[in-house]
Amino acid sequence: MGEFRMPSLGADMDAGVLLEWLVRPGDHVARGDMVAVVDTAKAAVEVESFETGVVDRLFVEPGTRVPVGAPLALITPAEVSPPDVSPVTSPLVRHLAVDRHVDLAAVRGTGVGGRITHADVESAAAPSPPAPAPARPRASPLARRLAAELGVDLSTLTGSGPGGTIGAEEVRRAARATQPAAPEPAGRAEAMRATIAALMARSNREIPHYHLAETVDLGTALAWLRDANRQLPVPRRILPAALLLKAAARAAVAVPELNGFWTGGRFVPGDAVHLGVAISLRDGGLVAPAIHSADRRTLPELMAALRDLATRARAGRLRRAELSAPTITVSNLGEQGVESFHGVIYPPQVALVGFGRITRRPWAVEDLIGLRPLVTVSLAGDHRASDGATGARYLTTVAHLLQQPEEL
Amino acid sequence: MKPDDADRVTRACLREIAPEANLDALTPEADLRQALRLDSLDFLQFVELLSERIHHRIDEDDYQELSTMAGVVAFVSSRNEH
Repeated sequence: MGEFRMPSLGADMDAGVLLEWLVRPGDHVARGDMVAVVDTAKAAVEVESFETGVVDRLFVEPGTRVPVGAPLALITPAEVSPPDVSPVTSPLVRHLAVDRHVDLAAVRGTGVGGRITHADVESAAAPSPPAPAPARPRASPLARRLAAELGVDLSTLTGSGPGGTIGAEEVRRAARATQPAAPEPAGRAEAMRATIAALMARSNREIPHYHLAETVDLGTALAWLRDANRQLPVPRRILPAALLLKAAARAAVAVPELNGFWTGGRFVPGDAVHLGVAISLRDGGLVAPAIHSADRRTLPELMAALRDLATRARAGRLRRAELSAPTITVSNLGEQGVESFHGVIYPPQVALVGFGRITRRPWAVEDLIGLRPLVTVSLAGDHRASDGATGARYLTTVAHLLQQPEEL
Repeated sequence: MKPDDADRVTRACLREIAPEANLDALTPEADLRQALRLDSLDFLQFVELLSERIHHRIDEDDYQELSTMAGVVAFVSSRNEH
């Protein structure tokens, strides 16, 4: 009771290396707070506490390899925990707070009954105007955002850009430098490939896959997006990828048989649509963390979440909850240049959605032939959990949703 | 902006987005996205960075001029007149 143990961060994980403690004895932690960084074969992952209380003792030194389930620290459950999150916060707002790194305990709710609203979190997250006195380090907006995401203190860096401006690369270098020694890149890339190989082999062995594909006209959607982007500043520009992800998420709500897990010989539906997004790492690895409740996010929120995930994935700063959560995954959004592909499902999920490259092709428009931007949407389904008819319904729902981008 | 400066700014931005890429091996006519393995997110971050550095908004309509190193340098040279 009260022991914080090495969590299992993947189906094939039996041990992990504790890289870094994010808390010290005496610290108050609430359930859900990040307390440690653990290295699995695939990535450095931030792990949260399942207890609310006070950190009593840390059992394990950074750098130690520990089997899954072994105790790492003792957390004494506290009777009176520090200011608790208001019980009247919706899960969606809580996710937003996590994404924006906002401490809900410090936010005053302006909604009905003291409820913390979306807007409350957004304004808590918005950078405040620069204080007049202490010299604010000059940094590009990208560098600033990266620094916030990766936990780098800009005042410790010297910028080499014009006027001493700090650039994004300096921030990335600083973040890498402060990370405790992890297995060197070659070792990690090898380990990651081995893990992915094992997972894919298992998937092909155990899951009877069926494959479907559908070609979707994106003309309306992309024209709408172009218009929307013309009104937005460049940092808020929305990629077609965000539209595709939103459609994939909403379609999973309409066809829940594809959203969940095959465990214990039966299908267990997910409690929400946590959309896994396959992200390629620059060293050739692949991770697929989740965007929680993706169907309930607005397009700008989804875009911001996608950018945030990609940045943290590449910096090795993903969280345990993101890696274990996906209820359905969308694979490499046409970035590798092929138009369509037959994916391999990540067990224990039961479906994988793929979007190929958007290409301009001749297409029937009314009674004429025109050139339209087309994308091939593919679905790999677990035949134990669903059949082709269900899969077809999913794909036609995606196609339909993409014809009404303003509703997405 | 002189082409030399434009080239320098462009390379600086690319280096931030793709720090491990070998920019010296990049020919002027090579497709940037393919050569540097930039996905749509990377490219957007590149555009955002470049836009900020040259103090000029880059629209999606401008993207067709930005597929090669030569294209980007020409674009930057003509847009940033100081």
